[in-house]
Amino acid sequence: MKASSPPTDEKFKIGMLLSDTRYRGTSLQVITFIIFVAVFFWLVDNTLKNLALLGKDVSFNFLFLRAGYDINQRLIPYSSDSTHGRAAVVGILNTLLVAFVGCVIATILGLFVGILRLSKNWLVAKLMSAYIEGFRNVPVLLWIVMVFALLTEFTPAPKAFKGADPQATMLFFDSVAITNRGTYFPAPILNEGAYWVIFIFILSVFAVIFLKRYADKLKRETGKDFPTFLVSIAILIFPSTILFFALGSPISLEYPYLKGFNFKDGIHLRNSFLALTLALALYTSAFIAEIVRAGIMAISKGQTEAASSLGLRPNKIMNLIILPQALRIIVPPLISNYLNLTKNSSLAIAVGYMDVRGTLGGITLNQTGRELESMLLLMGFYLCVSLLISSVINYYNRSFQIVVR
Amino acid sequence: MSKIAFVQKNKIPPSPAPISEVGFIGWVKQNLFSSWFNSLLTLISIYFIFIILRDFIPWAWGGHWNTKSLRECLDLNPDVACFSVLTARWKQLLFGLYPAEEYWRPTVTFIFLILSMIPILFPKYFKFFWFSVIYPGLAIWLLWGGSIWGVGIVYIGLSLGIFTFILLLKLVSKNTVLSGIGALIFLIVFFMFLSNYLVNFLNIILPIALPPVESLKMGGFTLSLIVGITGIVASFPIGILLALGRQSNLPIIKMICVGFIEFIRGVPLITLLFVASVLLNYFLPPGTNFDIVLRVIIMVTFFSAAYMAEVIRGGLAGLPLGQHEASASLGLTYWQSQRLVIMPQALKISIPGIVNTFIGLFKDTTLVSIISLRDPVGLASTIRADQTWNGIYWELYVAIGLMFFIFCFGMSQYSQYLERKLKTDK
Repeated sequence: MKASSPPTDEKFKIGMLLSDTRYRGTSLQVITFIIFVAVFFWLVDNTLKNLALLGKDVSFNFLFLRAGYDINQRLIPYSSDSTHGRAAVVGILNTLLVAFVGCVIATILGLFVGILRLSKNWLVAKLMSAYIEGFRNVPVLLWIVMVFALLTEFTPAPKAFKGADPQATMLFFDSVAITNRGTYFPAPILNEGAYWVIFIFILSVFAVIFLKRYADKLKRETGKDFPTFLVSIAILIFPSTILFFALGSPISLEYPYLKGFNFKDGIHLRNSFLALTLALALYTSAFIAEIVRAGIMAISKGQTEAASSLGLRPNKIMNLIILPQALRIIVPPLISNYLNLTKNSSLAIAVGYMDVRGTLGGITLNQTGRELESMLLLMGFYLCVSLLISSVINYYNRSFQIVVR
Repeated sequence: MSKIAFVQKNKIPPSPAPISEVGFIGWVKQNLFSSWFNSLLTLISIYFIFIILRDFIPWAWGGHWNTKSLRECLDLNPDVACFSVLTARWKQLLFGLYPAEEYWRPTVTFIFLILSMIPILFPKYFKFFWFSVIYPGLAIWLLWGGSIWGVGIVYIGLSLGIFTFILLLKLVSKNTVLSGIGALIFLIVFFMFLSNYLVNFLNIILPIALPPVESLKMGGFTLSLIVGITGIVASFPIGILLALGRQSNLPIIKMICVGFIEFIRGVPLITLLFVASVLLNYFLPPGTNFDIVLRVIIMVTFFSAAYMAEVIRGGLAGLPLGQHEASASLGLTYWQSQRLVIMPQALKISIPGIVNTFIGLFKDTTLVSIISLRDPVGLASTIRADQTWNGIYWELYVAIGLMFFIFCFGMSQYSQYLERKLKTDK
């Protein structure tokens, strides 16, 4: 109306800036922009005034000063003489470690529970929905402290392993010790020649990938089945094993053993790490299970019926028809759940695990009094992770979404 | 007549189905033992349930409720639950450190909350909507206390503002924007210059006041509910605006909305809460220092508004483009078509997501314990630090978890009911 037939005789009036659809959009934007800039400068001005009142400046030099605190779980060398910057990196790596391990466990559990939730077995389906509702409807913080309490209160102290008739025994042929100070695993020791074995193993993994491609091609062109599974297993096992023994067992395990009142050697996973990872994984797995269920249910029944009328067996229907289509629906929310898990790992403080919030946003912040800079860096880190993950989602959506018109 | 040996004249009544196919046995056979694999799963599940119940029921059933300390519990029977901690501290878990003689205030606020939700949830009672409007002010006054005119003046001011708006529209100019600006100027003048005098005056002629209660005294589920519900209610309109802004074709507005949403969604809530507790004072004029609970509520609102915006955007994207075009071709303005055509449909699609955001927000209120406010999880540590209950875990955690479970599960069930009720297609 107004927009389609602009009145030519009407003179421009100030009021038209707000009432005329031709100008309203622009003037609205200008007003918003002015308000936005004004608020922004007001905030910056306040911050500068406050900093001046406190006699502080904005500087990131504290990252190069001696940290002076210890971090008990670390992936790279670190001591209390290292810098605050290094402490932040240790924290970042710890966060990523929890996030990675948590995501792997959560995916496996979530897939398992989500598929069983759709089982025709009434009892199993109900049990799985109880699992999902139970974990989804209770705050994750509560789960973290509960798992931590479980790990510290209900496991034996290292001294219970002592003596001729100990109260507690190690699991899996004396290799794993679950104690209230953490869990001890055997650590792999790489001797001379170990890298060759690893190298050959990686090569055989690539060989398996090529074999799969070849088998697919063979199937497409000739219709013949190739025993991919058995041959892959053979490729994965034999070359590395033969080399392993030919080089005289270059990889050995270092078992944890009891010395005094504590375990020595092996890999020591602290309860803080275990509790955080397990609780986050359990909590997220409930969400993943729901995603998996929704994804599979979203594939219409006609697909299953069409496939079975073609004579496909139930497991082939699942692998060839349902899952490839369901994955398109499942993957984006799955990845955003990984992001949630990563962000939730900042609750590490509840069990005393030193993640990036504990080092950079915790002790460093308190020691140096650089609240503004520490929080900026911390938020920057989380923003980077989240932008990275959302660009992965976007990439996935672009490459795999069905193109509609 | 040909000879037929036998002709059945009467209909044979159908014989009942085999007992193994109907009734309980048939159901069990079909649902639990249809194949060897299913039978295996069933047996594993039964064993699993048995293990859990075997440990849990004796522990919970025989629990002590009336001992003085954990020590006493352990002396009586160390293998059962010690629920006495709940008997002793349930008031704290519900109300935090709220003064004991004022416990009726959060209780009344909670009852009023349910009453105020009735007109919104059930259209039949919409005539009581005025109560839902005055409820927020009433709740603030009841919880924080002080003079009633502190919040009353806001209502008076806003009603006068609306009155001015209508007056200007009727008498001076037909233009809604100009009248709006007039009403805004009136409001600014009123709140900057007149309101203080009016409050003092009203306090003299009608002194209605409750003993004031500090924010830091609030805790327990009262705090969770205050933060959660305020956040939920406030984040909803902000979320809608952000979603519309993100969909808008005005680039600057779109950029600001996208930036806000992505920033908030990219950082964990806990860092935002830390900003609220340590950093917010930097951003405000020197000397300002306002209530920590209010700061937390603001941050929580921002946080869930960003998530809400994404959920509603999903709903908007789910609508066919034809709906926009059809409403525009009917001559509806932008806001009319949003209000009458787009939003009702988009919000309906996004109900599950909206309720999930609400549930997430309510669960996330437990994070305030990390900036040392006393929500139930924070109180659990406080109680465990006490000499008498030192070493107690499960009784407290189970009780708190159960409370959250009831609220969150109830909300998700309500959303499923709403989804079914509003389903107009199929």
